[in-house]
Amino acid sequence: MMILLQGIGKRALFLMEEMGAMFVFLIRTFGWLFRPPVRIVQIIKQLYVVGFKSSFVVILTALFTGMVLALQGYYSLRKFGSEGLLGSAVAISMIRELGPVLASLMVTARAGSAMTAEIGIMRITEQIDALETMAINSLQYLITPKVVASLISVPLLVAMFDVVGIWGGYLVGVKLLGVSGGSYWSSIESAVEWKDVYGGILKSISFGLIISWVCCYKGYYTRMSAEGLGRATTESVVLAAVLILVWDYFLTSVLM
Amino acid sequence: MSTGLPIIIKLEGVEKTLGGQPVLKGVTLDIPKGKITTIIGPSGEGKSVMLKHIIGLIRPDRGRVIVDGTDLTRINEQELNDLRKKFAMLFQSAALFDSMNVFDNVAFPLREKRMVAEQEICRWVPEMLERVGLGKMGHKFPAELSGGMKKRAGLARALVMGPEIILFDEPTTGLDPLMAHAIHDLILAMHKTFGFTGIMVSHEIPEIFPISDWVAMLKNGKIIAMSPSEEFQQTADPVVREFISVNNGIHLAPV
Repeated sequence: MMILLQGIGKRALFLMEEMGAMFVFLIRTFGWLFRPPVRIVQIIKQLYVVGFKSSFVVILTALFTGMVLALQGYYSLRKFGSEGLLGSAVAISMIRELGPVLASLMVTARAGSAMTAEIGIMRITEQIDALETMAINSLQYLITPKVVASLISVPLLVAMFDVVGIWGGYLVGVKLLGVSGGSYWSSIESAVEWKDVYGGILKSISFGLIISWVCCYKGYYTRMSAEGLGRATTESVVLAAVLILVWDYFLTSVLM
Repeated sequence: MSTGLPIIIKLEGVEKTLGGQPVLKGVTLDIPKGKITTIIGPSGEGKSVMLKHIIGLIRPDRGRVIVDGTDLTRINEQELNDLRKKFAMLFQSAALFDSMNVFDNVAFPLREKRMVAEQEICRWVPEMLERVGLGKMGHKFPAELSGGMKKRAGLARALVMGPEIILFDEPTTGLDPLMAHAIHDLILAMHKTFGFTGIMVSHEIPEIFPISDWVAMLKNGKIIAMSPSEEFQQTADPVVREFISVNNGIHLAPV
């Protein structure tokens, strides 16, 4: 019994410590974000890696998400004879929920894990120490460009996801299942409000922060071994994904 | 231990515990200016940890690290960054940035810190690569280099800013004896050319004796001996004698 309690206590303490360290990391990173020099070249490079290189997988998942949503929506709506509302059903669930969450999860898997691995390898091979010995702050040089790039590119990827997803819904709903094209688009136009779009943007920006924060932190504090690096990569993807879903719930309940 | 020479770095009672394990238990050491001082000692005794204290990568739990009159343990991040401009470090793994080729690696500190015109860089960097024997290798990436070449590139990157102090963390680990010898010769030649203060951590006995001015031994978390290189080889201290003679291969069984 004592051992069990001790184990729980130890685990709780460890979690507290880790959370504290993560917040300190975030605050220090933000401190360096606003100090010169601004790393334009690094930021552009990261925009390419995080944003452009994730776009294909985001488009692909968006297309199929939209298609399956239309399929499911059609069979549910048909029971009430309201297939005409298919467009709004697809668009609202895309814009409010699925776009931000699924696109962010794909970015986590695609770019977040790469961030952790890259920074982790730099830690293990002493490249981060080398930066520090050259009087270059590693947070500013390595981490802030990734955070900025994620804050910019995740909302853009989410927007792309929404558009492609709605178009995928059109493909299945209108071209395959025979819903009228006019009612598909007009139901979107009448149902989607600015509040929905705004909520989606807000979500996607905060998810962008979560991804870069968690994945950079895990890489930066990788244990000095190949095993440590593997674990850091796994943990960063899992933690970022869980945090995205939890934070999504909170934001949704606030934004309702 | 006093050397009677101008001192550039002073460690006073430096203690450090890492992962619950006391590594340094009161290291006191003076590093003479403009000389090469080598720290030897058994593996896992915290030699590299000590080196990282000198450049402020690790802060001590207790004790002081004084570089050129400034106590490293009492300054903030900005002041530490200023102080680090005196330093360069050659890492065990060379720590080249693997996203850049050799030329860009060597040019990196110049581009970052000095606002040097790009034409100057295009003149300096090849010259420095030539000096370390990597004349035609500027376009190669670290992954394409052998261990010895990586160390050479790392040395070029360390030298390019003209530092006052260079730290060498086991510069020949993982190299074959011939290559190790070549790297030692190179360090000595560069020291003669540039006159930096060198602090080296190494296992390579007896190779390090001719290139070092001073030798110190770290054991059980403390500096147990320090003297000029020639004297050190003649030491009467039994612990030191055993360490250097075993490494000399004297205790090997006859074939």
